[in-house]
Amino acid sequence: MAVQTLVGAITSTLDQALAADKDIIMLGEDIGLNGGVFRATDGLQAKHGKDRVVDTPLDESGIMGTAIGLAIAGMKSIPEIQFEGFLGPAYDQLVNHAARMRTRTRGAVTVPMTVRVPVGGGIHAPELHSDSPESIYAHSPGVKVLMPCTPYDAKGLLNSAIKDPDPVIFFEPKRVYRTFKEEVPDEYYEIPIGKAKVVSEGEDLTVVTWGATMFQALEAIDSLPEDVSVELIDLRSIYPFDMDTIAESVSKTGRCVIAHEAPLTCGMGAEIAARVMEECFLNLEAPVQRVAGFDTIMPYYKLENEYLPEAPRILQGITECLAY
Amino acid sequence: MPHHTVFEAKIEHLQILDETGNLDKKLAKDTLNDDQVVYLYEQMRICRALDDIAFKLQRSGRMGTYPQNKGQEANAVGSALAMVKGNDWIVPSYRENAALFMHGMPMHMVIQYWMGDERGSQFPDGVNITPLSVPIGTHMLHATGIAWAMKQRKVKDAAVITYFGDGATSEGDFHNAMNFASVMQVPTIFYCQNNSWAISLPREQQMNSATVAQKAIAYDMPTIRVDGNDIFAVYKATQDARKRAIEGGGPSFIEGVTYRLADHTTADDASRYRDPKEVEAWAERDPLIRTRMYMESVGVWDDKKQEELETRAETIVKEVINTAISVPEPDKADFFNYMFAEIPEDLKKQRDTMRTTSIGRNPSQIGLKAPAQAVAQNA
Repeated sequence: MAVQTLVGAITSTLDQALAADKDIIMLGEDIGLNGGVFRATDGLQAKHGKDRVVDTPLDESGIMGTAIGLAIAGMKSIPEIQFEGFLGPAYDQLVNHAARMRTRTRGAVTVPMTVRVPVGGGIHAPELHSDSPESIYAHSPGVKVLMPCTPYDAKGLLNSAIKDPDPVIFFEPKRVYRTFKEEVPDEYYEIPIGKAKVVSEGEDLTVVTWGATMFQALEAIDSLPEDVSVELIDLRSIYPFDMDTIAESVSKTGRCVIAHEAPLTCGMGAEIAARVMEECFLNLEAPVQRVAGFDTIMPYYKLENEYLPEAPRILQGITECLAY
Repeated sequence: MPHHTVFEAKIEHLQILDETGNLDKKLAKDTLNDDQVVYLYEQMRICRALDDIAFKLQRSGRMGTYPQNKGQEANAVGSALAMVKGNDWIVPSYRENAALFMHGMPMHMVIQYWMGDERGSQFPDGVNITPLSVPIGTHMLHATGIAWAMKQRKVKDAAVITYFGDGATSEGDFHNAMNFASVMQVPTIFYCQNNSWAISLPREQQMNSATVAQKAIAYDMPTIRVDGNDIFAVYKATQDARKRAIEGGGPSFIEGVTYRLADHTTADDASRYRDPKEVEAWAERDPLIRTRMYMESVGVWDDKKQEELETRAETIVKEVINTAISVPEPDKADFFNYMFAEIPEDLKKQRDTMRTTSIGRNPSQIGLKAPAQAVAQNA
């Protein structure tokens, strides 16, 4: 058991995976000698070899497309896309090829691949380094989408992703790479894909969130009066997602606030709100509230905190939902 | 020397069997023997017969859009023979039917596929072929990745060939695949079927380069332009490229200069954009004509054999069509079942009820008695 950050847990999980399975190959820009721009792969090339932790040409479509080929041939490829904003050039390969291959061949050709991608804002990064595109991929049939925000969950879900026989996008909320530490077991464990985590139990209102926003939600909940009891759910798996846990919670509390960094319209909050309506309609005491990013271009960092659903906006959403 | 040449390049062209059936014996040395020539001719003729019947099926409304291979068959058969079935992978576009058949794809599957059934790409175990690639120019990256896995696993005597057209070389992924293959030095053979037309766009408007082959020079890749209607040249170039690949020499590029004698697909009408004189001139360079002339000139072929082959080809393709149309219809929910190795619960609900409205926890709100009953009724 060691106290680790999110990024530290990812590094050690990848290290263990490389040691355990010779068919695993990691590929990406600057992931080898440099250890990745966030140091998520620090030391792995020196330990496991240049042919297993591969510095590739600067070409996201090439990384994704060759990772697909490696997986088709039986390797377990783990491509890294350096920032979520650079998924664009790789989108075609991911959505039109990796996601469709099993269905197109009725199971004859498959793509066991885990795509690692740092995601989200809040680190004063350059343009196109701060987006939250998870709902785009949740809306693309054939890929699974994960976004853990704690070191413990990151290890368990990354292990599940690597073991999964289908393409998985593993989003890493970069804002909380190093801001939160917790004890992470040394031994191998998995957290099932598609299971949410009830972070804290409560009776009055349910908050559903994921990624770096989870910590903003915690801050908002901490500032509530003591007699207000909030159930906080960290979704963790964006697709498939755990509607059962959400529905059980909202059926109990009757109130639901969904908070996420991605733009409001067609964000995962919209899908969850629709499902809450379908599944918990007769239990609802108030309309579902969404606290999300705006339907704007993610602003460059001078204004990024205006865009992000920070704790005060989440608190406002909770307060209004409770007062309805 | 402040100003000097740092790099020079040239493109070689190879033709061994010319349009009139004359063989350059010196160049043909260690290429195809006469038995192999007869075999390849038969493969081309059967593929042509399948094209003809597929065309008729489409016109009679029994099949969807189909892309004919007519005129380009030498590229497929010559290269496929130089590759090793079972060891190698083929990453095709959609105009290489004969190559796929030669590497173990049951012929009816290509018809089944174009009849709208994905099960036509559910190749049997041991058939190392990726599905036909309808989007243009995106699949070569997979060929590079598969070859990379061969190199990483130190697989002996194995390489990958990927086919694409001249139009595909305008796509970014073509260059991405070439660069990755070159940097990683993997055993990929890039085979461009330059058939002069990308639907209605002639090659001259597709690129300003004099040849397609020269594009490989940027990636320091051995490259050659061959007469793509000459099975000897195609075989020789692929054989050389494969030898280099399995000996660790990395990727190679082959431009087969050929011509699409038919429309782009059955949904196309090439007379809208092509000069019929150009088509007539290329029809004379048909690979079937010159191969037959050669075989007759060396005494391994005659009219009787031709007649027998045509009868046999007819019989084969009729059987193929019969097999394709007698495949049982897929289960109506088949398209759900291969989304993932294990289907998520929410998706199972969609499949089992064939509805997207969530039944929810209070089914009375959408007029249902209970979710369990609703599921059971639809199962």
